[in-house]
This record gives sequence, C-alpha cells and structure tokens, in this order.
Amino acid sequence: MVNGMNGSASSSDSVGVISIRDVRKHYGAVRAVDGVDLDVHAGELFGLIGHNGAGKSTLFKMLLGLVPLTTGSIVVDGRPVHGELFRQVRRTLGYLPENVVFYDNLTGAETLSFFARLKGCPDDDREALLDRVGLAAAGHRRVREYSKGMRQRLGLAQALLGKPRLLFLDEPTTGLDPEGIREFYRILREQRDGGTTIILTSHILSEIQERVDRLAIMKQGRIEALGSVQSLREAMNLPLFFVLRLADGGGAAAAQARLRDTLGDLAGGVEIAANGRELHIHSPREAKMRVLAALAPLTADGRFADVQVREPSLEDVFLGYSG
Amino acid sequence: MAFDLQLRQIGVIAGKEFRDRIRNRWVLAVAVVFAAFALAIAYFGAAQQGSVGFRSIEVTIASLVSLVIYLVPLIALILGFDAIVGERERGSLDLLLSMPLTRLELLLGKFLGLFLALACSTVLGFGLAGVLLATQLPTAALYHYAGFVFSAVLLGAAFLSLAVMVSVFASDRGRASSAAIGLWFFFVLIFDLLLLGGLVLGAGDLGGGWGSQLFPYLLMLNPADVFRIANIFGVEDVRAMYGLATVFPEALARPGLLGAVMVAWIVLPLAVAVWRFRK
Repeated sequence: MVNGMNGSASSSDSVGVISIRDVRKHYGAVRAVDGVDLDVHAGELFGLIGHNGAGKSTLFKMLLGLVPLTTGSIVVDGRPVHGELFRQVRRTLGYLPENVVFYDNLTGAETLSFFARLKGCPDDDREALLDRVGLAAAGHRRVREYSKGMRQRLGLAQALLGKPRLLFLDEPTTGLDPEGIREFYRILREQRDGGTTIILTSHILSEIQERVDRLAIMKQGRIEALGSVQSLREAMNLPLFFVLRLADGGGAAAAQARLRDTLGDLAGGVEIAANGRELHIHSPREAKMRVLAALAPLTADGRFADVQVREPSLEDVFLGYSG
Repeated sequence: MAFDLQLRQIGVIAGKEFRDRIRNRWVLAVAVVFAAFALAIAYFGAAQQGSVGFRSIEVTIASLVSLVIYLVPLIALILGFDAIVGERERGSLDLLLSMPLTRLELLLGKFLGLFLALACSTVLGFGLAGVLLATQLPTAALYHYAGFVFSAVLLGAAFLSLAVMVSVFASDRGRASSAAIGLWFFFVLIFDLLLLGGLVLGAGDLGGGWGSQLFPYLLMLNPADVFRIANIFGVEDVRAMYGLATVFPEALARPGLLGAVMVAWIVLPLAVAVWRFRK
C-alpha cells in the first residue's frame, strides 16, 4: 500500500503523461523494480527519491526505454516506450544522466550540434541554450576545459535540445554551486510553466523539498510513498519542532517551568527540553495551533526573543518511510 | 524495431567517429607510419642479402605482407577496443541510447566511422608508398600492389570487427585492452605455431596424413593467414619461399573465395557484437 495523501499510486483518475502499470524488473532473484504503478501528470515537477539500490535508477532507465521490462507497461506521452514508436517518443524526451562525461575533444557548441543531429532536431538554438545555462562565453571552448559544474550545465542544455515535452534528470545538480543550483531550478520552473513534465532524482533532499510538486519514495523496488511533500508530512504525522530563544536576562529553568505550566493542559505528546539559551518543543501536528496559542502570552511578556516553528524536513519524512 | 534501421543515424555516429580521428590527426599519424615502414621495407628489404634498393613488386609485397600482418591488426584492435565499453565507462552510453537511435545503429555507426579512419590511413599510407614505387616499377605491377592495399584494408576491417566485439563484451576498458592484445598475440603470433604443432603431434607429418588435408581449411580460421595467402599464393617465387605450394591447394586460393572468407571475418564478429549488445 502506498502511503501519502494520494492513497493510491495513481494519484487521480486521469492517465498521466507518463503511465506506469505494474512494472517489474527482475535480475534473477534480485527484484530491482517490483510492481510499480505510477502516473506523472503533464506540467508536473516530480521527484523520485530513495536509498542507493532502491530501484529508482532502474525505473528511470526503464522510463527511457534503456532497460527492458520483465513485466508491465510504460506509456510515455501516449506511446509505449519500448514499442515500434520509440523514436517518436524519444524525440520528445530530454535526458541528463548522472555523472555524464561528454566528449572532451568537442566544444560545448559542437556537443549540442552532435546530439541535435542524433535527436533529429535543428541546432540553430544552440547558442541560445548555451546562453540560457550560462555557457555563452565558453560555448566554443573544448569540453575538456570545463569544470564539473560547467559540464552539468552543458548536460542541461543538451537535455533541453528540441524543446522536449518530458525531461528526465538524474542527480542533475551534482557539481553545481549554490548560485548554479538556484539558476538550475529557475530554468526547470520555466520549463514546467511552459508545460514540460519533469522527473528528477536527487539525494539532496533539502534542495528538492520546496521545489517538486510531488514525489515518490522508493524502497526495495517499490513505491513506498507518493504525494506532495506536505501530504507526506501529514500522512506520516511527524512531530513539529518549536525553537524558543530566551530573551537576555531570562533564566532557562524558570522559562521551562513556566512553559510546562502553560502547556500542562494540552493533550499528551508535547515534550519540552532546555538546550542552553533555547527551549525545544516537540509537538504532535494536531496540537500545533494550541501550542501557538499557549505560547502567545509568554512571547507577549518578552520572555522569548524569537520563536521558530520547524516543519519536519523531507529528510525526516524520507527516513520515516524508508528507514 | 528489429528491422528499423535508419542510415541517417548510422551516418551521424560514423561521421563523428571519423571526424574525431581526422581532428586528432590519428589518420595522418597512422598513414605516415604505414608509408614510412612500407618505403623502408621496400628499399631495405633485401639488406640481409647484401643489397638495398627497390626490387620486383612481388618481393616488395612479400616483405610488406609481414609488416601488415603485424601492424594493421594491432592498430585496428587499438582503434576499436573501447568503442562501446569506453562510452559505457564514460557514462555517455545511456545518453546515446536515450536518443532516437537503436543499438544496432550505434554499433554499425561506430564500426563504420572507425573503419573509414583505418581505411583512409591504410590507403593513404600504402598509397603514398605506391606512388613513390610507381616511378620504379611497371604499371602492371601497381595493379598487384593495389590488390595488396585492398586486402590490407579488409584485414584491418576484420580485426576492427573483432575489437568492436571485444568492446561489447568487456566490462571495463582495462579488460577490453587486455582482450584486444590477447587476440593480437593469438592470431598474429600463436595461431600458426599452435596449428603447426597440433598438426605435427596429431598426424605425425604434414606430407600426406589427414593433417595436410585439414591444414588449408584451418588457415581460414585466422584472418591474418587469409591475408597472407591472398597476397603470397599468386606469386610463384614467394609461394615457394613460404612453402605454401606444398600445403595449400590452388582451388582454395582463388581471390573470390579468400575475399569471401575475409568478409565473413568482418561480418561474423560484428554480428556476435550486435547480438550481445542488443541482449
């Protein structure tokens, strides 16, 4: 049973632009992918996460038609990905593999021209693409002179060749600096807003938690959870975390005692702990508003300098489902 | 999908492979090596007999055959051993295969591009030597020389095909290079020794036993021997020198048959590579 707000793997009645039905990939006794059902909808930025060996790379490769299915079916943009029409399907795809190394002897512009010819699309927008990913000045330098981040940018430009309707990005921000990552996701948002469907994998959960529309958590070849980050948080019912920073001159012990008194009437499950000049409260999600209401008089009398409410991170959710 | 073959896609891959070898001057370097060795052997080939200078085309080709048998297979194997495994190790194989491109097209494109580079080097290198020899030799002899160059191109293609097969089977470039070098040792250095040893041990002699009947056919199992026979058998003096007249029936030495065997040596490893790559 798949967890999350969308109780089934198929999150709506409509068939997605990517439709995966009971897909399995077995290597002898090893079940790399073991009965996955999933719909990804048009214009969605979809995350696929999981531990190493969870099956996401295999599923990714099956979506691209690189690995044959043991059983099941995958339909991409209305066409079976492994069928006779695979060429038409692939002309609508953009793919950035993990750790891709381009040909060192070609320039960035030549690299794009080569892949454009293979894809059967014109390469007259290659300069614009290089400019869009920040490689305008380096487009005519050989790839061997590129840094890791520049290669990754070139990889994105390559994936965007031919204005794909679907983008598959495997660990796409590896090697990018923070500014590069921000720019990278800005480009992805533009693409999504233009109707492109995007599936990406990442191990950097903090990076994608505010950026994906929905995600699937894979474990042992299956989809363990599916939905928006918020829906998964709620389904998992992980506690909220309040951080109260004491005002100057206030004693931690006194503040803690006052807090216990104030919160004493709340339902069980609220835990309070002192940590230097901070008080930490772990609270069940359903007690959130009552905790905030109880804190109001304490903040009003100046006992606390700051109050932060921290939602469980995607990492917490992920570890909750996959750990 | 099985019969969906687009020549355009093969051409894109082949064009890149060929252009790469032109740009990094591989074609030029190998052509210079071929030309230099060919001229040196043509001129100094008889130094052991106490003379130097260009001799008859037959003797020159006989000398060049040995050079080609050592050099062309080695260069072909080095050229092709990482054709596929190199892409796999680099991480670009999945990217290539995510394009509207079949595995068959990728493999044929790789082979064709590399073959064009090798063929250009061979024709340029030995062609240059041929042009220089043309001033010393009669025109009719040059037809014979052209046949030699053509057979050298086929020999290169056969070993390139073997190299591409190795590159499909190998799990990494290190193993692929080891296997390629192993193939060179086997076909160029060891095969004939094993064959002769086996025949002597198995039949006692090469004169009239079943071994002598089998021997010509076993030679066909080595493209280097096919190349040697194709270039040596038609030349009476050299045939006697190599001892071929006693062991190789004339019926098997027809150029058409030997050409067909060489083509089989090109097609079969490539077919095995395609089968394995698509599996």
